[in-house]
Amino acid sequence: MNDSVSRRTFFRSSALRATGALTATGLGFDLRPAVAAARELKIARTTQTHSVCPYCAVGCSVVIHTLGDKARNVRPTVVHVEGDPDSPVNRGTLCSKGISLKEFIVNGERLTRPLYRAPGAAEWKPIAWDEAVDKIARRIKETRDRTFVEKDEQGRVVNRLTSVAMIGGCTDTNEINYLLGKLRYGLGIIAYENQARL
Amino acid sequence: MTNGWTDVANTDVVLVMGGNPAENHPVGFRFVMEARRHRNAKLVVVDPRFNRTAAVADLYVPMRSGTDIAFLGGLIHYMLERKLYQEEYVKLHTNAPFLVKEGFGFEDGYFTGWDSEKKRYEKSTWQYETDGSGFAKVDQTLENPRCVFQLLKKHYSRYTSQAVANICGCTAEEFERAAAVICSTGKPDRSGTILYALGWTQHSHSVQLIHTAAMMQLLLGNIGMPGGGVNAQRGHSNIQGATDMGAWNYLPGYLKMPGANHQTLEEYVKAFTPKPIRPNAMNYWSNTSKFMVSLLKAYYGKSATRENGFGYVNIPKAAEGADYSWGHFFDQMHNGRMEGFISFGMNPVANGPNSPKMLDALAKLKWMVVVENFETETAAFWNARKLGAKYYPNFVDPANIQTEAFLLPAACFAEKDGCFVNSSRWLQWKYAAAPPPGDAKPDQEIIARIFLRVRELYRQEGGKAPKPLLEMTWDYATPHSPSLEEVAREVNGRDLTAGKQVSGFGELKDDGSTISGNWLYSGSWTETGNQMARRGQEDPTGLGLYSNWSWSWPANRRILYNRAAENAEGKGWDPLRTPIRWDGERWTGDVPDYKKDAKPTDYGAFIMLPEGVAKLFSQDLVEGPFPEHYEPVESPVANPLHREVSSNPAAGLFHGALDKLGVSKDYPYVALTFRLTEHFHYWTKHVASGSELQSNFFVEVPEALAREKGIQGGDLVRVSSARGMVEGPALVTRRIRPLKVDGKTVYQVGIPIHWGFAGRVKGPLVNNLTPSAFDPNSGTPEYKGFLVNLEKA
Repeated sequence: MNDSVSRRTFFRSSALRATGALTATGLGFDLRPAVAAARELKIARTTQTHSVCPYCAVGCSVVIHTLGDKARNVRPTVVHVEGDPDSPVNRGTLCSKGISLKEFIVNGERLTRPLYRAPGAAEWKPIAWDEAVDKIARRIKETRDRTFVEKDEQGRVVNRLTSVAMIGGCTDTNEINYLLGKLRYGLGIIAYENQARL
Repeated sequence: MTNGWTDVANTDVVLVMGGNPAENHPVGFRFVMEARRHRNAKLVVVDPRFNRTAAVADLYVPMRSGTDIAFLGGLIHYMLERKLYQEEYVKLHTNAPFLVKEGFGFEDGYFTGWDSEKKRYEKSTWQYETDGSGFAKVDQTLENPRCVFQLLKKHYSRYTSQAVANICGCTAEEFERAAAVICSTGKPDRSGTILYALGWTQHSHSVQLIHTAAMMQLLLGNIGMPGGGVNAQRGHSNIQGATDMGAWNYLPGYLKMPGANHQTLEEYVKAFTPKPIRPNAMNYWSNTSKFMVSLLKAYYGKSATRENGFGYVNIPKAAEGADYSWGHFFDQMHNGRMEGFISFGMNPVANGPNSPKMLDALAKLKWMVVVENFETETAAFWNARKLGAKYYPNFVDPANIQTEAFLLPAACFAEKDGCFVNSSRWLQWKYAAAPPPGDAKPDQEIIARIFLRVRELYRQEGGKAPKPLLEMTWDYATPHSPSLEEVAREVNGRDLTAGKQVSGFGELKDDGSTISGNWLYSGSWTETGNQMARRGQEDPTGLGLYSNWSWSWPANRRILYNRAAENAEGKGWDPLRTPIRWDGERWTGDVPDYKKDAKPTDYGAFIMLPEGVAKLFSQDLVEGPFPEHYEPVESPVANPLHREVSSNPAAGLFHGALDKLGVSKDYPYVALTFRLTEHFHYWTKHVASGSELQSNFFVEVPEALAREKGIQGGDLVRVSSARGMVEGPALVTRRIRPLKVDGKTVYQVGIPIHWGFAGRVKGPLVNNLTPSAFDPNSGTPEYKGFLVNLEKA
């Protein structure tokens, strides 16, 4: 960001010099309005939200800038993501991946609707959320009712479902993982792995 | 990490091994550079590739992938032989003085107790010799031939500099130059840190490898010290949190999953509550029942009563000896013994080992649910024959794949709140910045909808064993999409009698009057609010603790084992780097890893362990109390230490048609996988900028091998293993030096991950090549040090 400010400042100051608006600074003109104007242009109307980079586990804090969230019927859009200068970990810096997080969030390849692939089909078909959830719940129940083991051969209560596996990803937050745990133990699933263990 | 990113700036020596932070954790790597700049710290890199971290190191030593235990074992031998270890620390803070029972030994690659039929150890000879009260006997002079220290000395006497060079492929001089720098931290006023990553965890002997690192740091007196520790640079934003929250055979907070032989809560508590092994051991796991009952009470609420063991019966119980870790359950899926599969944000076809087997396994399912930001290889597995035609020409035609697949669009990190735990164990809260695109939904809503719908079906229609489902609490204010703040408060825990959030795990009880979804996180959301969202930047100790920034587990402690940074009287080994100080009544500084008002002499420094001290000799791992060098399951040489027992005898292996292992006659080169700074795992191939910067898959080929094969830079090469194949342009490089191993020249080939058959840029999945071989303690696959062949395509 400093780079872009100084580049803008340079252009601005060149323009100022051309119009002869020289003031008394070390450079012979006042940079302050130019710097302020450059900063304003970038984030003046955005809402800033504190977040954390989802990539590696250095845990860089980021500030996400969104626009459009103050008008009715307008969905806010992420316009800029930058390092959080307050963080003792990254002190405002980000790596080449972190600096392009906006492209990850606002990305034409993102999935935007539930998809369904029937057995034997060669393509996805859109499906409504309610229908997808209904079907999934039905599959889970069918499998569970048929294969759940309440007691083992020795008559011990084991309450387990070994015919369904569940895995969790690396950006599932603690709270998501906790809820996944509740789903897991509610169903009785034993095979439960996470990216964390590969 | 025992310490944390900001703490690395306190060190005198950084050993980077099994990681490449300049490339993969660039922002964290700044603290290494700070230590170099401000403390004149030395950076030592030991790696098969002269990587970007090596490029700025003071010392680089090449090595063969999969031989790290030999290298570290060599360091242990080097420091013992030259008395460079910190003797007073070792006597006070480790089990070096403990006596081991008569009969323990190691011969021809096996420790005593090996059962060749069951392929596992019977551990009775690995136990301590005890006195009448059941406590371990010790010899503080360390001279008894059966004390851990003497056994350790004997075990590593074989790991001479020449032996290291012969196994690892560096020269003995290179090894000794590095050893001199690393072992210089054995002085009380010097600290050394280790930064590692998946280069250490992805082996068929990885847990023992980390154990070796811990042993080395204990001998040098570097555990608990600012600028010290064993520090895992974790590779994803919340895999630390995911581990803490329980996966595989753990409940939240590293509570063990019960087995079928633990029928009642009493049996469970008895089995998993250790007895102290020394009179001064605090033995903190003696609180197991409080943590477990508080968890059960969080899960089962009003249904959890003292009479019914707080709903313990509802927790599923695996058969004795059954293993449901990654390799095992995918093997079962592959054998047609799984019907359903639910994946929340993970991509096994890309990131599991042996991708052809992953594909085949998914094709045998009845149904599959994938919740994702992008269409991944796993979601589209049924189309692999078309999308990955070059690599899976014989994969089943979609028409013959009966797996019913659901692909549900999820919010990304920026579109939901919640907490990520970084490598430093810091729980950092984030806030939702924007709504998800289109009809995508936050994960909590997707989980809740499925959970509530299944539960509704059981309520309406009945069915098999509805109780575990019906009794699970889900009393959130908006049940169909629980607020993560509400969930976080439940995870922290509440005192039900007082109606208040608990302020720490010390307040948890086993009478049903407290709940806590994860005892380790107790203190993260107290009556004073969300501690994870704290933004204080002050650092009064100057040690980079930043105790008011976010919140770290456990108890906001920033340096684990910080009581070990002081001597028996509580005086810091290094007056300038003392994390906690005893003022006669209490400890100040970092949150003590100790009772805050207990005298220095009251307890051993390692409060979680029944020994009260750290373990150089450990009965916990399956393949031996001391780490031993074993070759990867595929190796170009037989283990020079014991040729008949070459690789880990306890390694997790499978024997199906797709689980083939190769031999060096057919696959002469050692391969390893690595990451590039422009990409993150298998995600950023969906992002334009990373894909532009690194658009193409490639293979790093040593210059001498390229010459032998007539390969020029940019030529298309084919790399094949017993499992599969990848093709890409060769990057001919001097970064990977040919090595002399056991009298033979060994070439290594480096292959980046990141590509696949889904995304803006496409390329082969490197896991087409990797074996279904696993560490027997953790179930982590061996992605480093497998065998391949390489030909011009």
